[in-house]
Amino acid sequence: MIPLTFPFTEAQVRALKVGDEVSISGIVFTGRDAVHKYLHEGGALPPGVSLRDGIIYHCGPVMMKQPDGTYKCTAAGPTTSIREEPYQWQIIRDFGVRGVIGKGGMGDKTLAACKEHGCVYLHAIGGAAQVLAECVKQVRNVYFAEEFGSPEAIWELEIENFPAVVTIDAHGHSLHKEVLAASQAALAERL
Amino acid sequence: MNALKDSLVELIRRTSAEIPDDVNRALVTALENEKKGTIAASALKIIEQNIELAKRKSQPICQDTGSVIFYVDCPVGFDQIACEEAAREAVKAATKIGYLRQNSVDSLTGKNDGTNLGPGAPVVHCHQHRSSEISVRLMLKGGGCENVGAQYSLPAEKLHANRDLDGCRKVILDAVLQAQGKGCGPGILGVCIGGDRATGYEYSKQQFLRMLDDRNANPELDALEQDILKTANELGIGPMGFGGKTTLLGVKICAANRVPASFFVSISYMCWAFRRQGVTLGAEGEIEKWLY
Ligand code: SF4
Repeated sequence: MIPLTFPFTEAQVRALKVGDEVSISGIVFTGRDAVHKYLHEGGALPPGVSLRDGIIYHCGPVMMKQPDGTYKCTAAGPTTSIREEPYQWQIIRDFGVRGVIGKGGMGDKTLAACKEHGCVYLHAIGGAAQVLAECVKQVRNVYFAEEFGSPEAIWELEIENFPAVVTIDAHGHSLHKEVLAASQAALAERL
Repeated sequence: MNALKDSLVELIRRTSAEIPDDVNRALVTALENEKKGTIAASALKIIEQNIELAKRKSQPICQDTGSVIFYVDCPVGFDQIACEEAAREAVKAATKIGYLRQNSVDSLTGKNDGTNLGPGAPVVHCHQHRSSEISVRLMLKGGGCENVGAQYSLPAEKLHANRDLDGCRKVILDAVLQAQGKGCGPGILGVCIGGDRATGYEYSKQQFLRMLDDRNANPELDALEQDILKTANELGIGPMGFGGKTTLLGVKICAANRVPASFFVSISYMCWAFRRQGVTLGAEGEIEKWLY
């Protein structure tokens, strides 16, 4: 496992290649459908949120408010990333994002943006809500909770040893494309 | 009827937090089969850890606790209306405790009232039988894997699939190819050959109630199940679509009559977080035994 620690510099990210297993530690921000659409339409990030050399995590976590007003994360698996395909390239370009965590992979626009701007797609294990919640050491803040609702809000999380696999690297390679092509050929032989 | 409600809450808890033994065994075998040090093996290892952690903490295995579907088999004279009411109450209570996520959205307004109750939620299928036994099976069917289900109408020209078993094989394998990377594999397929658009999907889902390691009583369907399982696992799609040997954990196929004009093949996909359990109930609604 390759450790990936905050701040996620361009050099760190460019050194990764498809198939690498990484262990991510540091600060990440969640963002899913509402956040992506909002930023794509020209919305500004709230004060305190910076994605520069940062990671955006496609996740709608389950958060329990504690008596002292803080939050505890009880489930934090990835959500399907392809829904953000129309927006992701622009957010990588405009906000200096270095990593996108999600599941299911993304398409050609994101692949091109990763190559051009130095970003990677990090595939987390879909459905592993409990293991991934254990990696969330602290819920540091929440933004847009009112506007977008809890699952769609931007959650600032401190994670430790969060496991993921690089499936789109900054060199134009996509594991998703490779596996699709190989499996198509294997199936054609068996029909 | 309070005992019945309590039993159903316990059924929901266990279904949400504990993978049934037959599925767990298949996942353990899958991990043994993958080459050490591959990302497929790592993915399965994390899945195993997750299963263990969820059970220990009595918390949902996956945060998407899915559509809640009950299958009730009951004797003649059993009060089905009361049973449905108890199921709704149990879902509401289980949601409050956190065994189920607030997971049910009004399709018109987009509102989620946090109860998991509404039109079609939960689904309760009641079915009478001649035996005196009362059994309740529960399936929590996640959304990601539901989205990759598919229904084919044969002949399917592009796939060269005709109205025969070979045509069925072609479209089922096409569905496996299309589902890759989505739906949180390794998956399990439930398939219905025939029926109409509604019953085809309905019967395909009911296949998930079968034990993962059972064999089909119909020799032709049994052969097709084994063939699809073997072939799919030769495609190299692997867990999460990372590449690897385990693309499917099981294939279950049934057939239903069709009208001459139609020939549907309906395929439901279940993710590795295969949540289904069942109980038989005593006269007061108390749990007698677990079915999986
Ligand atoms: S497909 Fe299954 S494992 Fe994946 S997120 Fe949905 S319910 Fe969870």
